[in-house]
Amino acid sequence: MANPIALKLAQKQKEISVAEFFERNKHILGFGNPTRAIITSVKEGVDNSLDACEEAGILPDIVVEIKDEDGGEKNEYKIIVEDNGPGIVKKQIPNVFGRLLYGSRFHAIKQSRGQQGIGVSAVVLYGQLTTGKPTRVISKIDEKMPAYVYEIGVNTHNNTPEIISQDIMHWEKPSGTRIEINIIGDYVRGKRFVYEYLQSTSIVNPHAQITFVTPEGEKHVFERTAEILPRPSMEIKPHPYGIELGTLMKMAKSTKCRKLSAFLKTEFSSMGERTTNAVCKEVGLDKNINPKMLTREQLLNLLKAFKKVKIMSPPTNCLSPIGETLIRRSLKHETQEISPEFIVTTSRPPSVFSGNPFQVEAGIVYGGNLPKDTPVKILRFANRVPLLYQQGDCVSTAAISSIDWRRYGLEQKGGKGIPVGPAIFLVHVASTHVPFTSESKEAVADIPEIENEIKLAFRECARKMQRHLTKKAKRAKTREKFDLITKILPELARKTSLILNKPVPPLDEVITKIMDVVWIEDSVEYTKKPLSQIVKSNGQTILYEKSKGYVTTSKITIVNYKHKPLTFNLYALKPKEGAIINTNPKPVEIKDYYLKWKIENIKPTERLELSFEMTNLAKEDFEENDLYIENINPEYVIGAEKWEGE
Amino acid sequence: MQRYRDAINKIQGIAEKIYNDFKNAEIPYITLPTRTKSNIVFSEKHSVWKYGKNLSKRTAKTLDGAYMLLRTMYTIEFIKQMIENKKSSTLREMYYISEGWNLAKFNSQQESDSLAEDLEVITGCLREDFKLRPEEDGARVIGNIVIEEITRTGVKRKIHCQDDVGDAGYSIPYNVEPEKITFKKHDADFVLAVETGGMFDRLVENGFDEKSRAILVHLKGQPARSTRRLLKRLNGELGLPVLVFTDCDPWSYRIFASVAYGAIKTAHISEYLATPAAQFLGVTPSDIVNYKLPTDELTNEDINALKSELSDPRFQDEFWKGEIKLQLQLGKKSEQQALAKYGLDYVTDTYLPEKLSEMGIIK
Repeated sequence: MANPIALKLAQKQKEISVAEFFERNKHILGFGNPTRAIITSVKEGVDNSLDACEEAGILPDIVVEIKDEDGGEKNEYKIIVEDNGPGIVKKQIPNVFGRLLYGSRFHAIKQSRGQQGIGVSAVVLYGQLTTGKPTRVISKIDEKMPAYVYEIGVNTHNNTPEIISQDIMHWEKPSGTRIEINIIGDYVRGKRFVYEYLQSTSIVNPHAQITFVTPEGEKHVFERTAEILPRPSMEIKPHPYGIELGTLMKMAKSTKCRKLSAFLKTEFSSMGERTTNAVCKEVGLDKNINPKMLTREQLLNLLKAFKKVKIMSPPTNCLSPIGETLIRRSLKHETQEISPEFIVTTSRPPSVFSGNPFQVEAGIVYGGNLPKDTPVKILRFANRVPLLYQQGDCVSTAAISSIDWRRYGLEQKGGKGIPVGPAIFLVHVASTHVPFTSESKEAVADIPEIENEIKLAFRECARKMQRHLTKKAKRAKTREKFDLITKILPELARKTSLILNKPVPPLDEVITKIMDVVWIEDSVEYTKKPLSQIVKSNGQTILYEKSKGYVTTSKITIVNYKHKPLTFNLYALKPKEGAIINTNPKPVEIKDYYLKWKIENIKPTERLELSFEMTNLAKEDFEENDLYIENINPEYVIGAEKWEGE
Repeated sequence: MQRYRDAINKIQGIAEKIYNDFKNAEIPYITLPTRTKSNIVFSEKHSVWKYGKNLSKRTAKTLDGAYMLLRTMYTIEFIKQMIENKKSSTLREMYYISEGWNLAKFNSQQESDSLAEDLEVITGCLREDFKLRPEEDGARVIGNIVIEEITRTGVKRKIHCQDDVGDAGYSIPYNVEPEKITFKKHDADFVLAVETGGMFDRLVENGFDEKSRAILVHLKGQPARSTRRLLKRLNGELGLPVLVFTDCDPWSYRIFASVAYGAIKTAHISEYLATPAAQFLGVTPSDIVNYKLPTDELTNEDINALKSELSDPRFQDEFWKGEIKLQLQLGKKSEQQALAKYGLDYVTDTYLPEKLSEMGIIK
């Protein structure tokens, strides 16, 4: 053993530079090919801007511009992303853009876009590697201060920022950040994807205004459809069910708590006195032991004990879902030219997998000019970021494929697989930790809890969709009956009397006999009303602003065409967001999701008008009434379904 | 005239029925015999097919039914006005007049024609009693017969259907009742009713009417009521056998059936229109085989029509069952004019004489 082999090997062992690491792994970082490079660059920039704006409570106004830098010869493009965010303090600018894996969001357990990518500095590095040019950054944090201009690169030896130049300049914006990065990419092929990415982003970020300027100089504006920022997502502590040994060891080492019980109670979610005691008892450790003293074995046992004890789910109010109404509104806005027949959306209640809270939302756009003979388009999102690739590997695809869509008016071979028909599906998974299948973060992993929630969300959408379809068919039929009694029959009586020269006989009883139902009709109207009129009755100015002055009025007409007086309950669904400002007559109940009236002793041929007015809804947020009846045979009623409870 | 007063009374009766329904708070309806092939029965008395006992209800309970009743009322009012004003109109005119009836306007002339028939069925009147008449349809006659027609100016005019007419023949008016035309003289052995104009002209050109002592009547497809009525009168009053010469396809058999047995649509007046003694001459499916005629493939519609005829009560005799089954087996159809395969004179020199002697019409 004169010359141990390890010595020889040691000569070869050296630190890999960031650049090398990047170069070798660029496929998993989203720069695998020139097309992807363009999209990833835009995506990192936009995600950054959206996060910055939201954290600062600013409605994002983002401009994305791509410029052709050499006439397409070497495919060099300048990617520009500019926002109206809070800006970045001078000192941090080099670190944010010139250093990989630098950031505040990486460690926090909260719903954030940051989970999606490696960070904007990766784009800086990619640009530098492919064009040799630094990135230009302009940032301004306050109206009274100048903007700072930097030219920054990444020192690939030690992953530190390299400042090429720095200066100050005058910038019109009160605050914001603008980055300009030259990269080699395939815009011609990437064009469609960039557009789709920005459009999709706009759908799940209705509070953002995104402008896209193409190299050809075309300008697309994806307009803001909601004037409020999403509820900020909150950071939560790790839940015992989801923790890994390494993290647990690190936490135990660095905690400030001196006792195991305090450590468990303060540094984890959902750990109360009782659960803490139960865990300590299960693992057989003294709850007063100093956590720093725990050995690896003891921590491993602790981890096992976590799983054996029933621990409450983590708090789920930390998530920030988009909400049914907003998804609907932005889908409607972005599908205007398709003029869809209807849009249904669902927001599931939050749920948990391995200690991670998550929430699923889904939507279906149906009909209009959508092609009838191609598979439905699936728009997938995780934490408000579009997932453009690897649809086939995504749990959402599996969930959608496992539903039999044939009864919902779509085609599907053997009741399995992605259905065919005039529809667009949307699925959004929000979580403090979105489990992706791989580092490229384009597909959500096959987690049974998530798959199940996605299925439930789409089933709910499908049911709503079916309701629309049957309602449509029913409406056509009932329209006929209505024509019959309001037009044809009176004319028949008039003509017959005229021929015989006799007085026109009364028709009420015949009409009642022909109809033999309770007839319910409804309509929805939108009217602009002055602030004073709404505030007087409600006092909530903010609601007025959110609905842009529109009041949504729902009118319901009930006519009893049965032979006897009737008494029953009528429910009208409303969106949770809709704030009731007026009702007539007064319902016996107003809940988040519905209003309930008691219809008492309505006489044969008697007509009853009900109405309610809502604010806090944009025009056409609420397009159709969903009416339900209770305590009456549903077969007696046209225009409402049986109330099945909440 | 009594005839029109009766008509008014009868159609007013329909209006009264509806009015009383309203007054009694009943959903208004009328009933009439079901006018489909499932509801025709053979009348021993007249040897024709008539409507059976099945009744259909037209009720205001359904939108379609209510529309029908409303149209019926408008039509009744219109007929009443025409009778009172001593006017008449064609079926087509009535259809156009209905344009002004708002909700009650007809969607097609077929609908208005059919309603006029309904009123005949319900009241037992003829549409002429309602002052409704069809268009002249231009079917024609050539043969050795003298017809006396009272023209629109009231003049009696004798017309010899060979000497007094051109090659197109005598045009059959829509009214062929004795009040309008009478048969004065004839010298012929049989009547040959021909489906197509092309064949009719061929027979005329070849002088078949003279050579074979035939009265040729052009059916012009599915024959109009007046054509069928004329055939019935020629058969009944002059005792001439009537032979029907058509294409060889299911639609042509229906032409024969409406001549001989009565049409489904007009089964309420079959005894007045149908000629039970009429015989089918050809072209039969057997002729396709025997004369090796050029053929076309049966289409799906043809096949369905043939199958439907197998369940049509009018086609239940051995001859028709055999021929239809043969045709289904052959999968072919043919035309009268396919006989031209053997030359233009073949039909008059060979085919018709052979068929007629087979049938015992000529010796």
